[in-house]
Amino acid sequence: MTRPPIYGVLAEFDNPTSLVNAAREARVRGYKKLDAYSPFPIEALTEALHLPKSKLPLLVLIGGIVGGLTGYLMQYYVTVIYFPINIGGRPLHSWPMYIVITFELTVLFAALAAVFGLLALCGLPMPYHPVFNIPRFALASRNRFFLCIQATDPLFDRQATEAFLESLDAREVCEVAH
Amino acid sequence: MADEKQIVDEELQKSPVIAPGYTFGTVTDQIASVVLTRRTPVFWVACFAAGFALLLVFLWAVVLLLVKGVGIWGIRIPVAWGFAITNFVWWIGIGHAGTLISAILLLLNQTWRNSINRFAEAMTLFAVACAGMFPLLHMGRPWLFYWMFPYPNTMGVQPQFRSPLVWDVFAVSTYATVSLLFWFVGLIPDLATLRDRAGNRWARGVYGILAMGWRGSARHWAHHEVASLLLAGLATPLVLSVHTVVSFDFTVAIVPGWHSTFFPPYFVAGAIYSGFAMVLVLAIPLRWVYGLEGLITAKHLENSAKVMLATGLIVAYAYMLELFGAWYSGNIYESAAFLNRMTGPYAAEYWCLITCNILAPQVLWFKKVRTKPVFLFMSSVVVLVGMWLERFVIIVSSLAQDYLVSSWRMFHPTRWDWATYVGTIGLFTFLFFLFIRLLPMISIFEVRTLLPQAKVEEAPE
Repeated sequence: MTRPPIYGVLAEFDNPTSLVNAAREARVRGYKKLDAYSPFPIEALTEALHLPKSKLPLLVLIGGIVGGLTGYLMQYYVTVIYFPINIGGRPLHSWPMYIVITFELTVLFAALAAVFGLLALCGLPMPYHPVFNIPRFALASRNRFFLCIQATDPLFDRQATEAFLESLDAREVCEVAH
Repeated sequence: MADEKQIVDEELQKSPVIAPGYTFGTVTDQIASVVLTRRTPVFWVACFAAGFALLLVFLWAVVLLLVKGVGIWGIRIPVAWGFAITNFVWWIGIGHAGTLISAILLLLNQTWRNSINRFAEAMTLFAVACAGMFPLLHMGRPWLFYWMFPYPNTMGVQPQFRSPLVWDVFAVSTYATVSLLFWFVGLIPDLATLRDRAGNRWARGVYGILAMGWRGSARHWAHHEVASLLLAGLATPLVLSVHTVVSFDFTVAIVPGWHSTFFPPYFVAGAIYSGFAMVLVLAIPLRWVYGLEGLITAKHLENSAKVMLATGLIVAYAYMLELFGAWYSGNIYESAAFLNRMTGPYAAEYWCLITCNILAPQVLWFKKVRTKPVFLFMSSVVVLVGMWLERFVIIVSSLAQDYLVSSWRMFHPTRWDWATYVGTIGLFTFLFFLFIRLLPMISIFEVRTLLPQAKVEEAPE
């Protein structure tokens, strides 16, 4: 497949309602490769764009289980096998005493999984992205809302897509270079 | 349902979390301008200079400690813990309010937290940094701190995992790490805002690297929301566990005055109490100097004062229960320990702490006090002093007078004890004011979600 000449078409909106309506409209028209940009999280947008459920909870669960096992087994290995201390004949496998460190390592590993999982799922750090070629895109982190339809979308057509976005109460529509 | 919604909306209009009239643009500009402006207020310079001066005192005390040893402090057997552990417990308690605001109030959907959580989390980080100094320095040979962690070594020994002191190492280091991660995750979108708004090339570069290419995509936000909730869910039991483990350092010992089962909830309540006092001590001057009264409103101050009052009452209850337990147990050493606290050599400190922690905060029942920042500031300082005295009395009075009268010995802090303590206040101030100058002290993106314009209006069917 040849690379399309541009990355996509970007439309700028004034408020979250217009953005959500535009995203819904684009989905209805059959566009699949789109992304929306906003200065704060908008719940309705996730549903409007039909975004899949985040896989992060699963990663965090795995992190927590690995952390808990690490904590418990480390203590078991040290106190029972590697460095057993007989204190008045008390059992070496004193599991109630292991609980605190097991808990702490569960939380630590789960939190690390949450943060690194977040970065991985978002594809960060990402030093370059085409949308930053648009000078007005700096406002996406202030007070403007953007919808981008990518050129890789099967329905994408430079003129038709631009005309479609302009019909959606957008302030401005422009092409995004690679 | 419709009626209920209307009532809630009316209630919100009466006492808004954010003053009316703000837009996405003005909120962003006002918070970001504190960081991106070229002008630095005199207040900032003065506080930073004071913090830096005290930081130098701290470094001086630490260098002397490393050269001469822990003998320069007043710690003598039997009071081997002295100021070091008092300050450790006090600082780490202060940190707890930050996590409470950022994690527990997020889970409870208390949106008013959005304009105070960022600097409260920063406060947590710096308080934990100050707290960490004390056990490290108290070891005498801080460069061997890694001996506390289990690692294969030629000495053939390992940490004692059945000791609360080892639990403390894991609890506090996990707490510091998770607080840092949580804080940074919340900062990423705001770092992107600073990147996009910075005029200076250097600033744009540094904020750009830290923002890692965040572009506010709907996919990013969806994952970010989930991550914030999960981290809050993890931090909530963690923060409760940290002061619980700190209190185990005492309860597991058999020293009279320490050996009781209600220390964990008592310590956690005290931690939140002192932490909210510190939040108010920081927020009141900052909102005034930077003109942020519209974002950190009277409602924030009042809510914090209410939390302070509630946790203060729990602490008061704990003091009474402590005395009741000593009497009801019929244990003569326990009763003697508390009699000594009230009438012995540390009676002045004990009654001072009762005044600061129980009597003085009762003024917070009055709305007039809760809505007057000056009074609120003063009562918060009183609470911070009171909580420090509480840690001091618990540690020093119990150790100074335990079972054997022949081994009793008073604790006399030296000037280096004071220099180290005051020095960490300098370290805290130094770090906190650096943060105020370099990073947005209020979470910009979370405040945007509080504005009425942020609501998506559903089209009529």
